[in-house]
Amino acid sequence: MSEQKGSFGIQGSGDTSGYGGLVRSNFSPTSAQRPYGSYFDEVADELERAFPEFSDAIEKVVVDRGELTLHIKRQRLFDVAKTLRDSEALRFEVCLGLSGVHYPQDSDRELHAVYELLSMTHNRRIRLEVSAPDSDPHLPSLVEVWAGTNWHEREAYDMFGIIFDGHPALTRILMPDDWPGYPQRKDYPLGGISVEYVGATIPSPDSRRSYQ
Amino acid sequence: MSTFASSRETTEGTIYSVTGGDWDQVASEIGSAKEERVVVNMGPQHPSTHGVLRLMLELEGETIIELRCGIGYLHTGIEKNTEFRTWTQGVTFVTRMDYLSPLFNESAYCLGVEKLLGITSDVPERASVIRVLMMELNRISSHMVALGTGALELGAITPMFFAFREREKVLDVFEKVSGLRMNMAYIRPGGVAQDLPEGTVAGIRELIKDLRKSFRDNAKLLIGNSIWIKRTKGIGYLDLAGCITLGVTGPVLRSTGMPWDLRKTQPYCGYENYDFDVITSDTCDVYGRFLIRMQELEQSLRIIEQCCDKLEKLEGAPVMVADKKIAWPAQLSLGGDGLGNSLDHIRQIMGTSMEALIHHFKIVTEGFRVPAGQVYSPVESPRGELGAHLVSDGGTRPYRVHFRAPSFSNLQSTSAMCEGSLIADVVAAVASIDPVMGDVDR
Repeated sequence: MSEQKGSFGIQGSGDTSGYGGLVRSNFSPTSAQRPYGSYFDEVADELERAFPEFSDAIEKVVVDRGELTLHIKRQRLFDVAKTLRDSEALRFEVCLGLSGVHYPQDSDRELHAVYELLSMTHNRRIRLEVSAPDSDPHLPSLVEVWAGTNWHEREAYDMFGIIFDGHPALTRILMPDDWPGYPQRKDYPLGGISVEYVGATIPSPDSRRSYQ
Repeated sequence: MSTFASSRETTEGTIYSVTGGDWDQVASEIGSAKEERVVVNMGPQHPSTHGVLRLMLELEGETIIELRCGIGYLHTGIEKNTEFRTWTQGVTFVTRMDYLSPLFNESAYCLGVEKLLGITSDVPERASVIRVLMMELNRISSHMVALGTGALELGAITPMFFAFREREKVLDVFEKVSGLRMNMAYIRPGGVAQDLPEGTVAGIRELIKDLRKSFRDNAKLLIGNSIWIKRTKGIGYLDLAGCITLGVTGPVLRSTGMPWDLRKTQPYCGYENYDFDVITSDTCDVYGRFLIRMQELEQSLRIIEQCCDKLEKLEGAPVMVADKKIAWPAQLSLGGDGLGNSLDHIRQIMGTSMEALIHHFKIVTEGFRVPAGQVYSPVESPRGELGAHLVSDGGTRPYRVHFRAPSFSNLQSTSAMCEGSLIADVVAAVASIDPVMGDVDR
């Protein structure tokens, strides 16, 4: 994530608070060490057993706030997803959808897709996270594995411009078909106009001075 | 072809665009065409599509060959907007997504923020009980709309009047507690905006008696109606395998016999301490889904009764986390002109304590910082699994807020439910999914 300076979102001048020198470094969760705790070890063991190229497919395992996130290489996403769905001891039969996240500072990994998986059989949840560079925003489509990801992939395409290879009809879903740009990317402006109220002008939310 | 249906040649053959006019003439002209395949556009402004939903139907006679949904007419960019406000202000945005069940949006969001902050176990018990109480009341008001409008769309007008009358009584409770009937932003990170006003529990106990009787009457209106049964039984069929692969949850999933309800399977807000049943049906059709909703009303009443018992025991307990760096400083109070700022609080910050004023100013303008990371927090909304995916970069504003909206996922199943059936059944099938377009489009 982005490195942030100061506390008020003002660069250059105007900050007399003394907080201008504050620097918050990039956030990047570290890979968890075994044992992960809870049912996470079982899931990881089983995935390693059912998917022999596991060590090659996985970038890192993050255990945070009682949730397991598997960071997967995009080339292997489809196979990992299929294994997670089909393996007897894993049975993540439901993909609840995916959420795109844009990290402009994470070079060559700007676009992330975060999949929430649910196993009703074992009453477990895990999360898959995949990334793609902005210059080559391609991820494999998982519609063949979970048909329900169809609209969710269209939404991620619509909002972030992630192209899901193999999707049956990857078109915009929420925005108009001829809309330029991808609204949920961080470099896409929120828009809005300043409002005058009783003589004073209140800046629009995206140009308003704020704490960071 | 006449002016009513202009035609143009395409690679697929002749396309006729029907723009209105004398329907008999249009129909007879289309009838004389060689191919009987007609594309009908239904909505987005159509009284029976349950909101601004557009359906593109490809018909052969009255049979649907292909159905596609056009959505996005209610897209308001709520997810993007929250990135430009503090974590607390985010509640006022997300509450407007699924406008029939705002308290569930707030709960999913606030549970997520609390998980990010690591204060889940610090939320006072009274706050959790009030959340459950409000959510279950909200489930009733939402199901009443589903049943009422569902019946209305099938041509039964009376159940709609009855359902909206009962819903109004529930909304009166919301108004008394939060000051607003809808979009109340009542549940806040760390607890709830304010404690219940005096006499609320007694009022709710009276309301329960009243509702229980009306639910029975309302159910009789539908279950005893042979037309309604004919319009719903065996219609909009979707079995368990279909639901699972499409990610369908809620009453539609439970109508396949699957007892999946997050309140039981993965409890939150202390749902494990309440006694209630998960209602299922094995009919996989519209009838089963409406029956489930009717019976869930009774289960919600059971939970509300238990909430009332608990609330009486927890009288006077806090409803917000003790940490003053997170808790909203101001309480609202009911004045002669409605709910507004608490005069006691204003007296304190303006008259007696400079530190309290500074604190109030800081937390209202700056908000609080949330440690970096991401969480997913799901709740069982009246429509299925509503999940909030929240990402924080350690600042006072969310880095990304995404809602896994049950209406969005469930609406995908419309094609599977309707293709091969008659055009009139589309209305019943869509009504049984009970999509809220604000939730679909966000």
